[in-house]
Amino acid sequence: MLRTIRADLHIHSCLSPCGDEEMRPRAVVKQALAMGLDMIAICDHNSAENIASFMGVGSEGGLTVLPGMEVTSKEEIHLLALFNRQEDCMALQDLIYQNLPGENVEEVFGRQTLVNEKDEAIGVNRKMLIGATLLPIEQIVSAVVSFGGVTIASHIDRQAFSLLGQLGFIPEGMALDGLEISARTSQEEARRRFHSYRRFSFVRFSDAHYLEDIGKSFTHFLLEKTTSHEVNLALHHQEGRRVLEQ
Amino acid sequence: MTVFDIVKIFGLQMRAGKDRLHEEVTGGYTSDLLSDVIAHSRKGNVWITIQTHPNIVAVATMKELAGIILTGGREPDAETVQKAEEEGIPLLVSPLFTFELVGKLYQAGISGMSPC
Repeated sequence: MLRTIRADLHIHSCLSPCGDEEMRPRAVVKQALAMGLDMIAICDHNSAENIASFMGVGSEGGLTVLPGMEVTSKEEIHLLALFNRQEDCMALQDLIYQNLPGENVEEVFGRQTLVNEKDEAIGVNRKMLIGATLLPIEQIVSAVVSFGGVTIASHIDRQAFSLLGQLGFIPEGMALDGLEISARTSQEEARRRFHSYRRFSFVRFSDAHYLEDIGKSFTHFLLEKTTSHEVNLALHHQEGRRVLEQ
Repeated sequence: MTVFDIVKIFGLQMRAGKDRLHEEVTGGYTSDLLSDVIAHSRKGNVWITIQTHPNIVAVATMKELAGIILTGGREPDAETVQKAEEEGIPLLVSPLFTFELVGKLYQAGISGMSPC
């Protein structure tokens, strides 16, 4: 049976250099449940190494946590990739890691903390996760699709690191599943500004880097199950699944 | 000054658009944000960038730019070359980094636009 799912599918953990140190599994899941969310996704910059801990804590607490990643293309475009299965997300991570030069400078960009299910730090990631990969945006989109994932262009209303900011317009034939509008642009304004892209579904997520931002921006989906596959159906208005208007 | 003059003086390598080298250059614009180039470049400008994505050709066509110069020895994507050929947009490559090339172009008499 179809039901309304409140989802915030763009949340950073303490693995992202810009993510707050408090963004750990138990704390994030607790806050997400307190905000009435049914489903979240952890999308760290160019890495998914904290995914397993978050998925574990989520399933204990009755919250769906999708494995995801916010990938940076060579053009410095941010793209959300969402999956059902952790191994598919890890396959993407392998490709990203092979194409991500540089080492993190913790003092400048921030700490990249790896955590376990008890919110304990178990190490740090040394790659420069804030950097750009060497992969063109089209190649990343194709890779995510081939691994069975969903692609959503991040915060297209922002100038920095967005598909429209970097490339001016959406290239023809790009197999995107949806476009994310940030909290700084109202739904009404987004509909007006991005009228020419109305063939895509617009979604709103928090892009939370701090606990208090989780669920502040969210999207209601009409779904049967809380999976990325169902989200994809909704983004393409298939089988009765859809994105509900705010 | 024409695009052809710029190619000669600065030893640029041509990747596409050989037929359109004799257009007069009205000035220059430098940016790697395509949305910014759409907003601020002017017709006949030569555009200096490190973006190699096919969309640069569409932007140059839309804004009627005189040509695109990629800096730091960056090579255009294959599809970018193909589109530039189709659209007749001169696509040039310089081994110099943007700062150096723009400085030299400015010295040679190519100027930008004041913001107001």
